Amino acid sequence: MKGPHTPIGEDDLQAYVDGRIAQDRFALVETYLDEQPEVRARLERERRQVEVLREQLRAKFEEPVPARLRVSSIRAGRRRRSRGWMRAAAAAVLIFALGCGSGWVLGRGAPIALPAARLAAADAVSQGAMAAYRTYVVEVAHPVEVGAEHEKHLMTWLSKRLGRPLEAPDLSAFGYALMGGRLLPARRGAAAQLMYENAGGERLTLYVQASDGTQTAFRFFRDGDASTLAWLDQGFGFAVTAPLARNALLPIAEAVYHAFEPAGSASGNG
Amino acid sequence: MDDMVTLLEPLIPPLRRYARALMRDRAAADDLVQDCLELAISRWHQRREGSDARSWTFAILHNLAISRMRQSKRRGVHVPLDDLQQEVVAQAPDQDQGLRQHDVMKALDALPEEQKNVLLLVSVEDLSYAEAARVLDIPIGTVMSRLARARERLRHIMEPGAQGGGEAGQVLPFRQRRVK
Repeated sequence: MKGPHTPIGEDDLQAYVDGRIAQDRFALVETYLDEQPEVRARLERERRQVEVLREQLRAKFEEPVPARLRVSSIRAGRRRRSRGWMRAAAAAVLIFALGCGSGWVLGRGAPIALPAARLAAADAVSQGAMAAYRTYVVEVAHPVEVGAEHEKHLMTWLSKRLGRPLEAPDLSAFGYALMGGRLLPARRGAAAQLMYENAGGERLTLYVQASDGTQTAFRFFRDGDASTLAWLDQGFGFAVTAPLARNALLPIAEAVYHAFEPAGSASGNG
Repeated sequence: MDDMVTLLEPLIPPLRRYARALMRDRAAADDLVQDCLELAISRWHQRREGSDARSWTFAILHNLAISRMRQSKRRGVHVPLDDLQQEVVAQAPDQDQGLRQHDVMKALDALPEEQKNVLLLVSVEDLSYAEAARVLDIPIGTVMSRLARARERLRHIMEPGAQGGGEAGQVLPFRQRRVK
């Protein structure tokens, strides 16, 4: 660094504005500025600009950090990706528990054991899913907004809009092929609908939207000929809707649950 | 391992602030921070023991931002909604209040990218000159000269009457921003 005898330079002035001037230079710069009131005025204005700039950006600094940007959730996402099989096993246990008849899947009676708010959130997801299903499944000309031939683009777009990595689950094991998907309005931000069709022309939809609540088991709804299984997980609601009986829908929902859970894998490198 | 959480977690608000000032689009900025954290976490073990986590992480963010901006340049200019709104609310200059807040942000947008980075890292993020030089991978002398030019330019934009005014009275619109 400069000693006290080097002439004043622009870097001294910058350091002065930033309040970082070395002690042995400070007096020297002060003397210089006493002789150069215009320069002093300039530096004062620059200092004030910096303050305004900091002030302007303070709101961003103080804003609460969203969950997706916390180190813990990013690490959890990486772990999940690298240990997808563990999640699958956990899901199997969950599904098994359901099968054992908590009343969630089997009954239509009032579900037990979960706070009302979360149930309401799950119900809202089913309703959104059912409404979207009814609207678009019958559509002949434009059932989807972006077709399966542009799957990569579609999923990147939907992931971005929903703020969550999404990949279209492969449902070919059940005879369903992806037709495409669309973005839909939802109460909180946007929702995504993916549509699948089997050889017999029967259509099935997956519906995803941001939702309150951390985790619920599957909830079953029936409306006319269509059934929905919905669940919440990590701030998102998921629903699978199809003209199927509950028992036929359950393995599909299970597969979708598996597919979405390690879903971060889409962008994963770990 | 858990020095990672203790070192990274406090950096998130500053990283978001820096990204937001660069990108001006809320979602794009947070996407950038998320990508940065993903990379930082996956490469944490490559970090030299005891090296400065802040400069290291900001450098990752900076490099991601550069490549993102190059991409969007290729795709054509995207004017985020935030900027459009600002354009609408901008009023005639008010002589008494030369430093109105949205003026500063608009003026910031009018700076060349390389000057903006330096100014933000030093003046807002409080990085030392040496740290800013490491983040941007440039010599410290370049940091100083870019900083001086950034401040000078800001001043000219904000103060129509200032010497060498030229185009200075008007804030350059976003689209005319020179990016080198």
